[in-house]
Amino acid sequence: MSMKITGKENKQWSRLGARATYGQAILMLAEQVDNLMVLSADLGNSSGLDRFKSSYPDKFLNIGIAEQNMIGVAAGLAKEGNIIFASSFAPFISMRAAEQVRMNMGYMKLNIKAVAIGSGVSMAFLGNSHFGLEDAAIMRSIPNMTVVNPADCAEIVKTVFAAAKYPHPMYIRLTGAVGFPVVYEDDYEFEIGKAIEIRQGSDVSIVATGSMVYESMEAAKILQDLGLSVSVLNIHTIKPIDTDALDILIKKDKPIFTIEEHSITGGLGSAVAEYVSSIPNSPTVNRIGLPDEFVITAEYRYILEKYGLVGTQIANSIQLKLNIKQ
Amino acid sequence: MMSNNDLFLLAKKSRVQLLELAFKSDGPSHLGGGLSMVEIFTALYGSVLQFDPQNPEWENRDRFILSKGHGVLPFFVALHNAGFISQEELYTYKKNESDLISHPVMNLRLGIESSNGSLGHGLSMAVGISLALKRKDNLTSRVFVVLGDGECNEGSVWEASMSAAHFKLDNLVAIVDYNKLQSDGNSDTIMDIGVLEKKWDSFGWEVISLDGHDINALIDALNKASSGPSVKPRVVIAHTVKGKGVSFMENNNAWHHNRLTQTTFEQALAELNN
Repeated sequence: MSMKITGKENKQWSRLGARATYGQAILMLAEQVDNLMVLSADLGNSSGLDRFKSSYPDKFLNIGIAEQNMIGVAAGLAKEGNIIFASSFAPFISMRAAEQVRMNMGYMKLNIKAVAIGSGVSMAFLGNSHFGLEDAAIMRSIPNMTVVNPADCAEIVKTVFAAAKYPHPMYIRLTGAVGFPVVYEDDYEFEIGKAIEIRQGSDVSIVATGSMVYESMEAAKILQDLGLSVSVLNIHTIKPIDTDALDILIKKDKPIFTIEEHSITGGLGSAVAEYVSSIPNSPTVNRIGLPDEFVITAEYRYILEKYGLVGTQIANSIQLKLNIKQ
Repeated sequence: MMSNNDLFLLAKKSRVQLLELAFKSDGPSHLGGGLSMVEIFTALYGSVLQFDPQNPEWENRDRFILSKGHGVLPFFVALHNAGFISQEELYTYKKNESDLISHPVMNLRLGIESSNGSLGHGLSMAVGISLALKRKDNLTSRVFVVLGDGECNEGSVWEASMSAAHFKLDNLVAIVDYNKLQSDGNSDTIMDIGVLEKKWDSFGWEVISLDGHDINALIDALNKASSGPSVKPRVVIAHTVKGKGVSFMENNNAWHHNRLTQTTFEQALAELNN
């Protein structure tokens, strides 16, 4: 199975948004993978799976509003040789079913891809009950889990295709909404566990994941105009974290900033800090993300702005931090 | 095919092996809820289940899941008697780094399909396996899962129960070891589950209620599932006695998780060998 992307496609997907792109990717994948099974806990339409459901009814199972059972059923199907994608909103799949994930995916290593739709704060007015603030932290702490947070819609498609070939349990965390900005105009090499340097720079190192990769690129451009040379590393795979890529940043010995649409507790920033702090004389790691609190309810963009997670604000934070240091 | 007498003797032998295993492990084991399932395991591994210890991944094997994961004593003894686990390996039970601990750990070589221990997981997995078998046109294999009545406190059991009936999984058989006691005491005082038979019936299952120590009744009920015209999953509510076979353990929840001393071990053996 393979998937090449074009700029045109990515623009279309961007308009559709993260969720609908997930559904599109699954639809394309189904053409190539016989033993694919796609599960939902009564959120098939919300997961962009409407067309998939009608095109491949025999590959779709609605488990009803029962996320724990969904992961358990996924485990039985996976055990008998099927490739499973099971989706729900972030807190329901990562927390309601956390122990089923732990037993079936972590402990028994069954080949299930648990997909969190609308993670981060992209659920906007649905509020904190539906936000994925802590999901990466929880999933990352379970042994044997791989955690991926794609940077744009093209990377969602890349992730879905790579996940189908990857015979290990995985948590896929979808941030970004309708009009998910494009990071990748052209096709590129995507490998689970391998970070991508999408911008080179020598003064500051940004490490970002998911929706924050685009915002970090915007921040880097602003800082460039102010004379700061900023590198941006897309760490789509939060676990296992690409320590080779981090080693390069450590050698550069410039301040590291992690940016994520997730609580600053336990997510990408923590993962980076855990590794970098274990290396003697390593640079400082500054974590930018959502605060360790239940956040405000508003339009998606408004929430990001409230917590300083858009490009201009990220640039400001970095500047402020560096000025304070000087 | 084992005769009735063979099965009776197998159950009797299994009880002795179970006590020896618990005693030699030199620590506490789930004795009460293990002893209540001896006839269930005798029926399953002595007659009902299709398996091949030489080929543990045999596609047409029946799948068995011990959802009530703490009931490993009769399970490991049954796997030993069935040829999956050698005597030597059996006695690694609860030794440091053994594959055989207080709960099943997935290991097909030993005949263990899944890791359990956290209650309320096994039936969901069994539903997934049953669906997968139908999808690959494996109409030979069946899926059996044993739950505890205490375990039925878990909401996830009922999510799974509802889905098994919804998907018309007539290749799935659940057995509830209904011994009426759980960790803290009497099941009806801790969380009154009402009439279990009615609950499963109302969830869309075909229900057979029987004496869980009657091996023949168990075999009939378990096998009937494969031949009937039903498109329902089947549950066997096996009314059992916790601690069955050892007078001082029967219905005495002090033996839910306890260790045998030389004296109590010898007392128990003397009763069983009588």
